[in-house]
Amino acid sequence: MVTTVTSLGRSGLSDWLIARVSAYVMSAYLIFIVGYLMLTPELNYADWAALNSSLPMRMFSLLTILSIAAHAWIGMWCVLTDYVTVRLIGPKATALRIIFQLGMIAITLLYVIWAIDILWGI
Amino acid sequence: MLNVSIYRYNPEVDSEPYMQDFEFDTQGKDVMVLDVLEKLKIEDPTLVFRRSCREGVCGSDGMNISGKNGLACVTPLSEAVKKGKLVIRPLPGLPVIRDLVIDMSQFYAQYEKIQPYMINNTPAPAIERLQSQEERAKLDGLYECILCACCSTACPSFWWNPDKFIGPSGLLQAYRFLADSRDTATEARLANLDDPFSVFRCHGIMNCVQVCPKGLNPTKAIGHIRDMLVRTAT
Repeated sequence: MVTTVTSLGRSGLSDWLIARVSAYVMSAYLIFIVGYLMLTPELNYADWAALNSSLPMRMFSLLTILSIAAHAWIGMWCVLTDYVTVRLIGPKATALRIIFQLGMIAITLLYVIWAIDILWGI
Repeated sequence: MLNVSIYRYNPEVDSEPYMQDFEFDTQGKDVMVLDVLEKLKIEDPTLVFRRSCREGVCGSDGMNISGKNGLACVTPLSEAVKKGKLVIRPLPGLPVIRDLVIDMSQFYAQYEKIQPYMINNTPAPAIERLQSQEERAKLDGLYECILCACCSTACPSFWWNPDKFIGPSGLLQAYRFLADSRDTATEARLANLDDPFSVFRCHGIMNCVQVCPKGLNPTKAIGHIRDMLVRTAT
């Protein structure tokens, strides 16, 4: 058992499950948006604003943004713990990795807040 | 004549590793890579490699043969020679002791972690613990592993985290005991694996399956471990 404090779910299984579920949500959103754009050839601002200001669409968009954030957190955490390690770059790696991880987490959370502001500001 | 390029490194003499070229006369025969090494060792006795059974059972002569990990004793030249050249390097990712001999301590440390032995604290029966044919069949494709390390040293996740990720070989063995009907420590074994490194560093790229000289499928075993974790934890 290897303990971790900066991974998203703290457990391997939880991170694995979140990565899979979030991938399905992102795929569904992508299919929906592409489908909508293809089925609406003469799209205008009024239609687009109406779609995105409806509550179900806001919830779907928010769910997708949270999925992207969770997926990115898990993915970036994996990349950083693969390559920014004492084994690969020496003793300064631990401090560097913590800075990168906290920076990545902060940026992800700020993007989520910004996205909520945009979604509910339409 | 076959051109053979071999990784050489003697830390007592060489400041850094280098590739040494040899010429080998195959006499038109499709011999095994180990036969080539044995002949070259007669020519140059300083060449060092591990070998024992020379028939794919002991797992001693795992090495990187023309870019792919495998056992020298069961890899024929017809498979190993690429563009008229045979390139032999030690298994990647672990420290080199000398020439083609690597330090496998990290590999064995991961193997030790999964407790590769039967755990059953119930009173032992008079003769033996019996299994049905179906229960025994679940161990096929698992018990055959010879710990040659070809799979784990072909795995990038093991290269980056050999101290934390158990690696395909260790996980195949972990599932061998999880799948055994006579073992009663399933819960404790699974609890030891549910962290982001031990099992879940596997991203399913299947290098292990591609190189296993025994034709085993560690990725499938890792999938079974994941399924067991999902069943018990959700």
